[in-house]
Amino acid sequence: MTSLLNAWFPNVMSRLPEFFNSLVQTLVMVGVSGVISFFLSLIIGVGLIVTRRNGIRRNGVVFNILDKLIDLFRSIPFIILAAALVPVTRLLMGTAIGPKGAIFPLVVGITPFFSRQIESALAGLDPGYIEAAESMGMSTWQIIWHVYLREGIPAIIRVTTITIVSLVGETATVGIVGGGGLGDFAIRLGYQRYMYDVTIATIIVLVIFIALIELFGRLLAEVIEH
Amino acid sequence: MNHRIPVVEIRNLTKIYRSGEEEDKTALADVSLDIDAGDIFGVIGLSGAGKSTLVRCINGLEGYDSGSVKVRGREVQDLTPADLRSLRQRTGMIFQHFNLMPSRTVAGNVELPLLEGSVWKHQRAARVAELLELVGLSDLADHYPAELSGGQQQRVAIARALANEPDILLSDEATSALDPNTTKSILQLLRDLHDSLGITVVLITHEMSVIRQICNKIAVIDHGTIVEQGKVFDVFADPQAQLTKSFIATTSNLDKITDLLAQDSPLVALEPGQVILRMSYVSKEVSEALVSYISRAFDLDVNIIFGDIDVVDGSPLGGLVVKIAGTDDHIKGALEYLKSRNIGIEILKS
Repeated sequence: MTSLLNAWFPNVMSRLPEFFNSLVQTLVMVGVSGVISFFLSLIIGVGLIVTRRNGIRRNGVVFNILDKLIDLFRSIPFIILAAALVPVTRLLMGTAIGPKGAIFPLVVGITPFFSRQIESALAGLDPGYIEAAESMGMSTWQIIWHVYLREGIPAIIRVTTITIVSLVGETATVGIVGGGGLGDFAIRLGYQRYMYDVTIATIIVLVIFIALIELFGRLLAEVIEH
Repeated sequence: MNHRIPVVEIRNLTKIYRSGEEEDKTALADVSLDIDAGDIFGVIGLSGAGKSTLVRCINGLEGYDSGSVKVRGREVQDLTPADLRSLRQRTGMIFQHFNLMPSRTVAGNVELPLLEGSVWKHQRAARVAELLELVGLSDLADHYPAELSGGQQQRVAIARALANEPDILLSDEATSALDPNTTKSILQLLRDLHDSLGITVVLITHEMSVIRQICNKIAVIDHGTIVEQGKVFDVFADPQAQLTKSFIATTSNLDKITDLLAQDSPLVALEPGQVILRMSYVSKEVSEALVSYISRAFDLDVNIIFGDIDVVDGSPLGGLVVKIAGTDDHIKGALEYLKSRNIGIEILKS
């Protein structure tokens, strides 16, 4: 087995610690920026849902600000956004390179997408649930907590899975602007130094990683749904 | 509360849906009606007539453009958000598609309106058990809505709507998604709750049979306007508006005779000395054995072709189509007698 791996992935096998380190960096970047972005996106997504035209707290000003900001950030290609954010990243995190420097641009890059996903997940809830909750005399906060967020859980899990897959892609992109992780590993060695086996090994690891995320997300949603 | 003040008082209510691109749509135009405490008030109309909008103005789910909606003496549109919520807590609502929360059990759904406020968890559990008992679903407390039949889901929704002890229950097409037998049992439940809790029911439907089964008052709505309203018995006995008449025709099979006559069916073939007659019960005082009386007193053979008599708001309503055989004098005498007993008479064929 080892000899087979050595034969097929010589450059990976000779750099195993670095390879694992890159994998861990990717997991850390996905995990930390994913968790931060998840909470921000819940707030923004819920904000959009309650302030929209037929929302329970209709508010055109708030809705339009959130809506336009999302469109603005989503219209910037992520690699350019990450580059543009370098001064702010340095100010906030103290560094713009490595996993630490990657987290801020990743959060800024994924949150608009994630917020839209959360918005559409919540918009897919039967409006009858909301109307029933309103007819019971529940407050806005109660409806958000007891109805939107609770009944929305299966859909939120599904869009979170989709978002994590996108986020893994973005972590590879920040690798280019000094972010570290598997993307950086594959680009630096596999692409720039023609170590093709490094690229292939990275692809295999990412495909397995994403398949696991999707499997986990699907099982979780199935268990929760009645 | 002074019992002479209606629980719901609607005056000249007008609601217009405005949207930028399309033409404005008038949902309600100059609607006025009073709903008294203890009424089971039915609002009937075709889909899109504005009845759902009307009921949503009562609990403030919809605003309105002009006119007034007073619930328990207070203008709905002028309530603060907190007061509006307390109005809604005292005004239960049930829906066509039940709108139960799928992630919660039956007990969890019933508990939902109780989550607010200072009710302790064990007190809530006791109240939930009480409510489920009331709708006959105690043994399904731990099931999820998806595991229940439509009728059971609507029972859960009714228990949920009653959680905060409301004195008004709004029912928005609550039986429209149910089969006829389940519809009957849900309506019976509403009636029982009305009788035992004294709750006022406002019921929206497109089925006249629903109104006939449990309402005491009716308003017929067409294109946002009330075309007829009154006590159910009076409206059924003597409908004025064309729409009301067509709704009533759907609840009775007495009109089938017209088809049979048109087809010259053997059922309606006459021999000399026979007439076909429609007798309509339109007065609340009918209680005698009319058919056997005229048969004996005027020496007639009375053959009932159709019968459709129902008890509406405590009195028989409907009629019979009969074939009568006898001498002309005797038939004439019988008709006079029936007219004197306030029976509507119509000779269909002679």
